[in-house]
This record gives sequence, structure tokens and C-alpha cells, in this order.
Amino acid sequence: MSINRRQFLKLVGVSTVAGIGGTAVFNGLRNSGLEAAQTSPDPRSLNGKRWGFVVDVSKLKSDEDYKKCIDACHSIHNVPDMSGLPEEIRIRQEVKWIWKDNFERTFPTAPEAEYQNSELKEKNFFLFCNHCAQPACVRVCPTKATFKRKDGIVMQDMHRCIGCRFCMAACPYGARSFNWRDPRGKDDNGQPFIKEENKEFPTRMIGVVEKCTLCYERLAIGKIPACVEVSGGAIVFGDLEDPNSEVRKILAEKYTIRRKPELGTQPSIYYVIGGGEHAG
Amino acid sequence: MYNGGKIILGLIVFLAFATFPFYYNIGKVNAKPELKTDTPAIQEWVQKYGKKECIESKEVMRPEHMQILNNWRDSVVRNGDRIYVSSSGKSFSMSLQNTCMNCHSNKKKFCDECHNYMAVTPYCWTCHIAPKENTL
Repeated sequence: MSINRRQFLKLVGVSTVAGIGGTAVFNGLRNSGLEAAQTSPDPRSLNGKRWGFVVDVSKLKSDEDYKKCIDACHSIHNVPDMSGLPEEIRIRQEVKWIWKDNFERTFPTAPEAEYQNSELKEKNFFLFCNHCAQPACVRVCPTKATFKRKDGIVMQDMHRCIGCRFCMAACPYGARSFNWRDPRGKDDNGQPFIKEENKEFPTRMIGVVEKCTLCYERLAIGKIPACVEVSGGAIVFGDLEDPNSEVRKILAEKYTIRRKPELGTQPSIYYVIGGGEHAG
Repeated sequence: MYNGGKIILGLIVFLAFATFPFYYNIGKVNAKPELKTDTPAIQEWVQKYGKKECIESKEVMRPEHMQILNNWRDSVVRNGDRIYVSSSGKSFSMSLQNTCMNCHSNKKKFCDECHNYMAVTPYCWTCHIAPKENTL
């Protein structure tokens, strides 16, 4: 028996209307039997529309203060410490979620001021993922491994990352690190990259990109981000969309700048500029 | 048939080779995987609630745990929902590393036992940290 094209199309059309074609068949076959079960957010979780930081580095007096915040983040997130590698390799391969750098490197496109306050020029700033409102990394990710959450966090789904590094090319802030080496491995001196694993958080594997996730796992159980907690007020955390939040109050009072604002990515990290006694 | 004898001999030799693995393994069947659910955390649970129970029944978990883990992953990482309400009404935090492996702290006798038997190698543990076990 053979059918002509007209009969075939009729058959396809009718069966589609009747719901016995295409995905309907597969969905019917794959009944997982778990419909009754459901998921919900943790009642303790902190909810915001757009989480952000205000960084006031005038509150950081010594290198120790910086180190405290960096260590707090990197230790709980099992971020590999590549400091044991030779310098020229470390620069290319190190993994960082939060780090520090000077004014020029933090704000490379800020207008040049001839007789600028030397303290400001030499001061180190905290750098992390800016959790941009218009994130370039999210636009380029071919697998949607990096995406924007409802609360403004630019999230990285390690399960989906294929390590193409488009996001690293797209990010204008250098906030993303590629795992060139197995983070559970050892450096040339036999020192493990992760000194002490936090058993409650995963590591990453070789070949994926990682970055600051604004401590989404801590927000989910009602805790503020780790760096904020130990920063002694140098990093303030809050909802930028909430006019009564602490971050908005600081933004209303103080002069703040963002990194490379001309790119239009709308970073959610603000830096209080001005130091000494003027900084509250 | 030309060269019939040779062809038939060749066929017999071929069949003998092709079926060799089956003959060879007769009577040497691999032991069925025996899962152990006697970890301290599970015993504690039994004392508290009077019975062994996972998030869902054994009959659901056995064929569906990989689907459930996939759903959990998407729910937690992509939607931020971390609480799973099971069909028995109990709530669990959706975490492989902190919930599943808290009870099933015997990965070698629980996960690996079946996975090795079935020759599947899920790549959970390249990132998620497996519980510390005494190697017996």
C-alpha cells in the first residue's frame, strides 16, 4: 500500500491535532511518577530583585584586611590557590573569585586627573564579578551555563559549562577564571591547590569557567555573602532595587563610581570614592 | 557446495570463537550488587522514625534517582528552589553532597556497587566531594 503526498500530509495534520504526534508521545512514555512531589525555596532565604555591593576601601587599613575577605571567600568555595606556581604561569592560570588591584587597573577608563590624590592612586580596590544588569557573558554563552537569576545574580551552572571561554572573552572585567588545571591537583612542589576542602560545597573540574556567584548558596539559607561578613563594613551588601536598603542609602549620600560604565553593562558593584575622614 | 568441508569447519571454528565468552563465563556469574544501607546516619534515622526511608520509596528511587538528581540540580542551580517536599510530605534540602551523601556516606558500597556492575560512570564526583570512607 502506498500513500501520496496529499494523504500523508492529511494524516500528519490529523494526528498532530489529535495530540498523538511529536513530543506528546515521548512525554507520555516518560512518566517519572513524581508529579505529586514539589519544590520550593528555603523559607530562610534572602530575597531581592537585584543584589549588589557598595565597596568602601577606605575601611581597609592593611593587607591583612584584604586577605581576610579573600580567604573567607576562597576557602568556603574551594577556590584553588595557584600561588605556588611560577609567576608567569600563575598570572595566566590562577583562579579568583575576589581579588584586589590598584585604581588604574580597577578603573582603566576613568578620566585621567593630573594631580590626583596619590593615596587614591595607590589604594587597592576589591574586584569581583560585577553581576551586571546587562551581562555580556550571559549573551555569549552557547549553553546557557551562565545566566541571570531573578535576584540579579549572574550565576554559573558548572554542570552545563563546556569550557569554551566565550564568557571570558566577553567579560570586560576579567571576573572569570578558567580551570586550566585540575583544581583538586597539586602544584610542582606537591602542594594541593585546595588546602582544606569545604565538604559542604563542591569543587570544580578541569576545563570549566568559574567566578563569584555572590554566595548564592549562603543567601539561600539566610546568610549574607562571606566577604561582606568579614569585611568590617568595607563591603556592604543589599538590594539595589529597594530604595530603603543600606546600599541605596550609601549611594544616595556618597559619590560612587562603577567599573567601565561606558560599556553599558550596568554593574551592580559600586565603589565609594573619597577617603580619609570623609568616608563614613 | 564447493569446499563444503572447509566452509563448515570454518563456520564451526568461527562459532566457537564468537560464543567463547559465553561458555567461558558459565557458572562464573558476577555477584549481584549488594547495597549497604547501614551507615551511622541511617541507623540514627531508624531509631528516630522507626523505619528506613529515603526521600521516596525504594521502588521509585531505584529507577528514578538519576532523574530526581537531574531535577534537583536544575531546581537548585537554575531556579534557586532548595526544598524538596516528598510524596510522604517530608521536606528535604536538595543537595547531593549534603543530603544524599549525609545518609549514604558509604559511596563505595552504595553508589559504586551498582554503578560498577552496570558499567556506568556518572561524573558527579569530579566536582562534588564524596564522603570520606575507610577503605576496607
